[in-house]
Amino acid sequence: MTLNRRKFIGSTAAVAAVLSAPMVKAGGHGKPRVVVVGGGAGGATAARYIAKDSKGEIDVTLIEPTRMYYTCFFSNLYLGGFKEISDIGHTYGGLAAGGVNVVHDWAVGVDRDAKTVALAGGGSVPYDKLILSPGIDFVDGAVEGWDLSAQNAMPHAYKAGSQSELLKAQLKAMPQGGTFAMVAPPNPYRCPPGPYERVSMVAHFLKQNNPTAKIIVADPKEKFSKMALFQEGWNNHYAGMVDWVGSDFGGGEVSVDPGAMTLTIDGEVTNVDVCNVIPAMKAGRIAELAGVTDGNWAPVNAADMSTKADADIYVLGDASQQGDMPKSGFSANSQAKVCANAVRGALTGSKVFPAKFSNTCWSLIAPNDGVKVGATYEATQEKIAKVDGFISATGETSDVRKATYEESEGWYTGITTDMMG
Amino acid sequence: MARRNILSILLSAVVLCTAAAADDFGDPEAGEKVYKQCKSCHQLGEGAKHRIGPHLNGIFGRQAASHEGFRYSKALVRVGAGGLEWHADTLDTFLENPRAMASGTRMSFKGLKDAEDRLNVIAYLRQFSDNPADIPEADPTATATDHNLDPAILALKGDPEYGAYLSSECTTCHQATGGDDGIPSIVLWPEEDFVIAMHAYKNKDRPNPVMQMMAGRLNAEEIAALAAYFATLEE
Repeated sequence: MTLNRRKFIGSTAAVAAVLSAPMVKAGGHGKPRVVVVGGGAGGATAARYIAKDSKGEIDVTLIEPTRMYYTCFFSNLYLGGFKEISDIGHTYGGLAAGGVNVVHDWAVGVDRDAKTVALAGGGSVPYDKLILSPGIDFVDGAVEGWDLSAQNAMPHAYKAGSQSELLKAQLKAMPQGGTFAMVAPPNPYRCPPGPYERVSMVAHFLKQNNPTAKIIVADPKEKFSKMALFQEGWNNHYAGMVDWVGSDFGGGEVSVDPGAMTLTIDGEVTNVDVCNVIPAMKAGRIAELAGVTDGNWAPVNAADMSTKADADIYVLGDASQQGDMPKSGFSANSQAKVCANAVRGALTGSKVFPAKFSNTCWSLIAPNDGVKVGATYEATQEKIAKVDGFISATGETSDVRKATYEESEGWYTGITTDMMG
Repeated sequence: MARRNILSILLSAVVLCTAAAADDFGDPEAGEKVYKQCKSCHQLGEGAKHRIGPHLNGIFGRQAASHEGFRYSKALVRVGAGGLEWHADTLDTFLENPRAMASGTRMSFKGLKDAEDRLNVIAYLRQFSDNPADIPEADPTATATDHNLDPAILALKGDPEYGAYLSSECTTCHQATGGDDGIPSIVLWPEEDFVIAMHAYKNKDRPNPVMQMMAGRLNAEEIAALAAYFATLEE
């Protein structure tokens, strides 16, 4: 572990100083300390921006168990064969070089009175401000017959990396004319268009390699993000391949048997060759352990992403319950910048500007057939509220769709650079 | 120059003498002189071929970057795919400052600052377009939209510190290092170009729904702040 001992000794005095005078640097014992848990689109961005903009005035520690971060965004393009797994993997070296103290460990608890984060590897890290960006975990018992012990037989692939590679391997190994099944999640969940972009990418792969295969989607929802665009695309590119069963037709009445490899929809049993189960989601567990969740998510204040439960704990991205923004990497990155500005202002007295948020989600349906949806948001008393938005139209020319796809590639490079340095 | 065009110049000269002075449709003869700056790259008239730039016959009403057989910059392909067509108003905006409309265009031409020069050269170009017919009522003689920004907006001094904060919304897509992997670089632009481009998005003169949305909620001070910040970034 790379934490230095001085910080532990300094913690008590520093905390006292911050409590009595929150706008002032922490006592004479060193700099104010920010701890960030989770190195994804929210956490990495917040850590990087606070370190960069405070120019050394704030100690920033990022706690992240993995050494290689695989982006969930573009992991569907890996399934479709448009990207290699290495294309979506990013290390934390850039953050370390940018002055962030990167600790590869699990955060397993938060002591809000002592203001420390406990690590699985032993010891704890003190904070003045704690930013949690833990992403999602799955709701126990959300899909009958499935739990985490079944994730090898029936992968979720909704946290990218080894799960993505497993699903890709199973897709490749499907028998000719076999069946790929997906159990789609109920709202709210990470990346609203994600399951349907995945259907598109799986269909693209099968069209090349296994053209008589079928895709069945059991969905507990009546409608989904970019629905008209995806259904148009499936008809244009993959006619007859995709069978989407919405809640009107029993798509929510689902159970699976990972041993027998069967999917039961509304009492009807189907043998499947690959089964991608994406269960209902909740905030990553550390948010719950910190006591800042209410139900499945952590309610936050729109102006700075601080939690309703604790003014010194902030929650970013998928784990937060903030209002109108979709749970996406773009949203988390946007929220992180607002949060970083507010945290820096609280700790060093730097100028705090009004919150502005934005999001755009690009999805790929087939080669050079990209679509997008986006919106801008502002902070109100109650929530993050939508201001303005747009969505790709059905029937756009192939030139427009190609330009949209190329734009998404530019965005991917942009946001990963923005997160990781 | 084709014989037909000489004829039409004579004809339009007649029209100019009588009516055009009031309507400001431009003087093609004066435009031919202005066009000398263009012709080292762009051929025009009978037998014109693509050279450094594409030939400009029949440009009116054509989608930007739509000639088969000419390799356009990614920037121009992007605005073309976004729906940009060449008409008197869009040509006027483009010729005033090509990079403000299509950042990253390879057309390395600083632009025609004089509105009358643009008007005249557009009148000249129009004679090489059969479709729509070169008649006074037809495109491009429909009155152009005025894209000229209020000088007070261009004169605003932006606050770079505010710009630095606002810029974090831009750098989700546009790399602060100036890299271009499908989304153009916006660092080290002259502030005026930046402000003109952002207001063109804000007013929806320039296509791309993401940028129209992002620019749409920025006020003139915020755009000036961003311009001030990005103008000073190291590439």
